[in-house]
Amino acid sequence: MAEKHNFGVNPVTCHAVSGDKTNLALSLNDHEVKIYKKSGNKWQETDTLGEHGQRVTGIDWASKSNRIVTCGADRNAYVWTYQNGKWKPELVILRINRAATCVRWSPEENKFAVGCGARLISVSYYEEEHRWWVSKHIKKPIRSTVTCLDWHPNNVLIAAGSTDFKARVFSGYIKEIESKPSPCAWGTKMMFATPMAEFSNGGGGWVHAISFSPSGDRIAWVGHDSSVSVADAANESRLVVIKDSFLPFLGITWVSENSMVAAGYDCNPMLFTYDAGKGSLSLVSKLDIPQEKAAGTVSAMNRFRDLDKKASSGDNSTELKTQHQNTITQVSVFDGTKAQCKRISTSGVDGNLIIWDLNVSQHSINASF
Amino acid sequence: MAKNTGASKFRKVDVDQYDEDKFQDEDIDVADQGPNDTEVSNLLAQYPLLSSANVNFHTGKNQDALLLVLNSAPIGSKNQAVKDRAANTVVRVLTSFKVADIDRAVKSLDQKNVDTLMKYIYRGFESPSDGSSASLLTWHEKVFAAGGLGSIVRVLTDRKRV
Repeated sequence: MAEKHNFGVNPVTCHAVSGDKTNLALSLNDHEVKIYKKSGNKWQETDTLGEHGQRVTGIDWASKSNRIVTCGADRNAYVWTYQNGKWKPELVILRINRAATCVRWSPEENKFAVGCGARLISVSYYEEEHRWWVSKHIKKPIRSTVTCLDWHPNNVLIAAGSTDFKARVFSGYIKEIESKPSPCAWGTKMMFATPMAEFSNGGGGWVHAISFSPSGDRIAWVGHDSSVSVADAANESRLVVIKDSFLPFLGITWVSENSMVAAGYDCNPMLFTYDAGKGSLSLVSKLDIPQEKAAGTVSAMNRFRDLDKKASSGDNSTELKTQHQNTITQVSVFDGTKAQCKRISTSGVDGNLIIWDLNVSQHSINASF
Repeated sequence: MAKNTGASKFRKVDVDQYDEDKFQDEDIDVADQGPNDTEVSNLLAQYPLLSSANVNFHTGKNQDALLLVLNSAPIGSKNQAVKDRAANTVVRVLTSFKVADIDRAVKSLDQKNVDTLMKYIYRGFESPSDGSSASLLTWHEKVFAAGGLGSIVRVLTDRKRV
């Protein structure tokens, strides 16, 4: 049901998988990006990308063109291309004066967007003439650090969440490299950096993660006020928010047109479903159903030893019942697409990467199609 | 060479005001006056008097007072005096409840009011008055059971303070 891979005691800051799912890139909370290759049930380390001067904050792997983009707290981004058995870096000048926080390839992989602490989104594209990555900035009306990004399937719109408690949709149309975009549910005019929509869920709370639905008509985001919100552009930008009793989420992704998986400080990925007809958002289930440990018999010796050492005879292990032993910081589609997601991967502060099989664990997704 | 004078005055200088990039909260200053004190007092006054006569009726009045103070909480206001007065009123309402009635009162609240109530409970802990904390702890236990960790997280994160 779930494959668990451990990468040591350090947190996994971010991870990304290659298009064929056989390679994995992740950063263990330092300035390096490690590449792993799948061999059997294990991930075998094959390469280390060590160009960043400070902590790596974002990795994305372009599945079709097999390129990796990384960004870091050193305010740089690198595009890595695989040539002659080596990953070759190419520096991208983002023109930002604060740390980069997140990076995403566009669906067509001809440009990427970087969010950063300088209150802007930097959209970079390759200029063939100069053989150089050029960056353009989206500045207004962002009022604080951009924490998360996602691209619309039309390769133009960008959704961004920020620490000013808002989720926004911008146009990332670069007229130099692409033809004019056709109108969609979010609007018709898509000049570069046009704000298409802005949402606040009515409370405080930094936005931690944002995701476009497979059709691109909906965005879902999670905030530090333990909320999950969905805005539906096809439905007059109707906003649905749930604030429940769980701890805040740090990651969210759609896994079908109507359902999404969110995970965070509860160490347990949860499946939510959005009902466009009723305009409701609800928790379906937790993906990690803890197995009750069989209450084994305690020998008299152990019992008295525990009484002596820990002043208690009960079960006082510090292990959590969930598979992740600490906060989950990222949720991504591992296998399949957002429209038909087969497996998702989560990584977190406990140094684990877990791959969850949605087909087996979640029959209820299909019911909600 | 800087001289060590032991002066700590500079620590009080608000250097952030010279920062152009400083985050400004959006102006949400609503002229909220908070709950009407006399109205709350009237409702509360009916609570102990009628308690022997009709159980449902007396809890109703006290719950009315609770709903009134939660619904008219001056969340959008920037006037600290109004907020202080509202917080005092809420604590007064909360401490007037009998322990047996708390459970029912919490169950009748919707999720938004549970969050507001949790904010007021923490606000009450901030400035304890005579015997208020014991009562607030009882409330906290019941509200936590209803709102879970999420409601505490929202007390911590929400910019709209009570």
